[in-house]
Amino acid sequence: MALSKEVLLDLYRTMSKIRAVEDRLGVVYYEGKLPAFDIAAGVIPGEMHLYTGQEAVATGVCAHLRKDDWVSGTHRSHGHIIAKGVDLKKMMAEIFGRKTGLCHGYGGHMHLFDPDLHFGCGGIVAAGIPQAVGGALAMKKHNEDRVAVAFLGEGAANAGAFHESMNLAAVWKLPLVAVIEDNLYAISVPKTISTSVESNVKRGVAYGIPAVQVDGQDVIAVYEAAQEAVARARRGEGPSLIEAACYRFRGHFEGDAEGYLSKGEKESWKEKDPIVILGEKMKAKGWLTDAEAESIQVEMTGLVAEAETFARESPFPAPEEALENVFA
Amino acid sequence: MTERLLTQSKAIAEAIAQEMERDQDVFVMGEDIGAYGGIFGATEGLLQKFGPERIMDTPISETGFVGAGIGAAMEGMRPIVEIMFADFTGVVTDQLINHMAKIHYMSGGTVKIPMVVMLAMGGGYGDAAQHSQCLYGMFAHIPGIKIVVPSSPYDAKGLMIQAIRDDNPVMYFFHKGTQGLGWMTPNPRATGPVPEVPYTIPFGVADIKREGKDVTIVSLGLMLQRSLDAAEKLAAEGIEAEVIDLRTVVPLDKKTIIQSVQKTHRLLIVDEDYKSFGLSGELSAIVAEEALEYLDTPVKRLAVPDVPIPYSRPMEQFIQPSLETIVANARGLAAA
Ligand SMILES: Cc1ncc(C[n+]2csc(CCOP(=O)(O)OP(=O)(O)O)c2C)c(N)n1
Ligand SMILES: [Mg+2]
Repeated sequence: MALSKEVLLDLYRTMSKIRAVEDRLGVVYYEGKLPAFDIAAGVIPGEMHLYTGQEAVATGVCAHLRKDDWVSGTHRSHGHIIAKGVDLKKMMAEIFGRKTGLCHGYGGHMHLFDPDLHFGCGGIVAAGIPQAVGGALAMKKHNEDRVAVAFLGEGAANAGAFHESMNLAAVWKLPLVAVIEDNLYAISVPKTISTSVESNVKRGVAYGIPAVQVDGQDVIAVYEAAQEAVARARRGEGPSLIEAACYRFRGHFEGDAEGYLSKGEKESWKEKDPIVILGEKMKAKGWLTDAEAESIQVEMTGLVAEAETFARESPFPAPEEALENVFA
Repeated sequence: MTERLLTQSKAIAEAIAQEMERDQDVFVMGEDIGAYGGIFGATEGLLQKFGPERIMDTPISETGFVGAGIGAAMEGMRPIVEIMFADFTGVVTDQLINHMAKIHYMSGGTVKIPMVVMLAMGGGYGDAAQHSQCLYGMFAHIPGIKIVVPSSPYDAKGLMIQAIRDDNPVMYFFHKGTQGLGWMTPNPRATGPVPEVPYTIPFGVADIKREGKDVTIVSLGLMLQRSLDAAEKLAAEGIEAEVIDLRTVVPLDKKTIIQSVQKTHRLLIVDEDYKSFGLSGELSAIVAEEALEYLDTPVKRLAVPDVPIPYSRPMEQFIQPSLETIVANARGLAAA
């Protein structure tokens, strides 16, 4: 199926936006933390898991989602929430711990919630999957044509929560799409020693769920697989699983020495940059020029700069605000 | 002889290595404990020494590998299982509280579970609600689990060897901020003298880390270290705080606490766990039951005020006991 110029341009722009955010965070995060790295110091304390390199997955999937569709993210979710359409200013302010942030500074980078977008994520691996099952259950009970998407890493696919969720989604025939981002590692642990099957597609099939594997560096492949899966869910035909083979271009978290990588491994994956791959395809069709690509990058960098300025100029919550919001 | 200095993380890794050399049944399981050396360094160098058969990187399957630890322990092995963050016990609470803690009792004492669950705990560095909890109070509430919280490299090694040799399940909580890691806020108390020979520190024996007569401060982990810093400040004002390091929550050394309160007549508890229904309440109750008449003023508790750990720095700093709040409260008690 040939995709239109408009669709491809949208995908290209979204991936570029995610990349611009992550590239900037990859710099800002170190502000105030150096020369001797101190995780507690700087403008953004705590862990920082960036999505750089995996942009095609979130982008290709979320392109099919409406505002009222559900997305459960992970600890590495900037890409998911951006692709879902978050207000960058609010997201950035949250990461900077400001009162104007999505969660008013309570959550931080790993715990982004945007109820308007039906988006949530968190720091406990695999925990979002059963919650997406619940979102899908509510949709089904309400007779809606909405869809719930759960993003997860290949590492999370070894957690009990994943397996219980797949069975529930299948047995209850829920409008759920599970998207496994197989970037080959769970922190330092390679999939080869953690996972009993070569592909998690087999696990989907074992639960009676239609499952496909796609090249996660190719946004068009992801887009097409997600189109079918999301449509199936909307039609009330039950869950699907997509396994996207991808790679993270940065460490597990910032500061990761990456001693577990083999030599040259990352460099060869970087040759499969999803933004470059799509850009080349569009250029071959005459749908993107170098100048247009450049201007998209400038535009996205500008959006990120605006969001960052908003974040930096926003106030912190007052210390005593920590005592609020424990109960509704 | 010059004293050998180690960080707490290296002291723990050394303790494990020495026990693994002594006893072939000791092995380690957990996420990123192999090539990575443990996210908080507690297994650094062990893969190189002992190989992947005994230093087993696991999938993200906490229920699976903690349960497997229990089973291996029932077969007489002595597994050390790392749960990367204390927060992640949420995933595996059934194995911990219904099985690990109870099998010995339910079996009428016929089955033993000689295993160590090692966990990183604590906040103060912006990791927010799901990566900053202590939770030892919650597990101490469950009968059948011994609870260790070291606060110095010396104690960390001796308590780990003791934990491995103990025939009971032991949850060994180390604070991330006391490990002496290069990427955490520099902490001089995280490095200290550690003898090379193996040694044990018995459970249930608190350590008076600093003697004083004016006020007793009871604490553990990073808060113990902070209490020692506070005691130095207080000393400059002429207030002599006695600082007691619990070292183990279960078993708890009531005697040392009560004797100190009998001497100082004042008690400040500094705890990084949640305030209500936990360690600080338990300690207060013990003193109320067994030494109330010695108190000149009500017990004071500093602990997380029953809120999840917030992300934003001003809020997080507000909810953790700080050097300033410890000093101010100890000063207040001493004046009362
Ligand atoms: C229950 C639980 N166990 C362990 C962790 C620590 N942890 C955080 S991310 C991660 C690896 C996740 O791997 P994967 O699911 O493949 O996602 P990726 O990081 O590769 O995006 C681990 C082990 C956690 N956060 N939660
Ligand atoms: Mg992964």
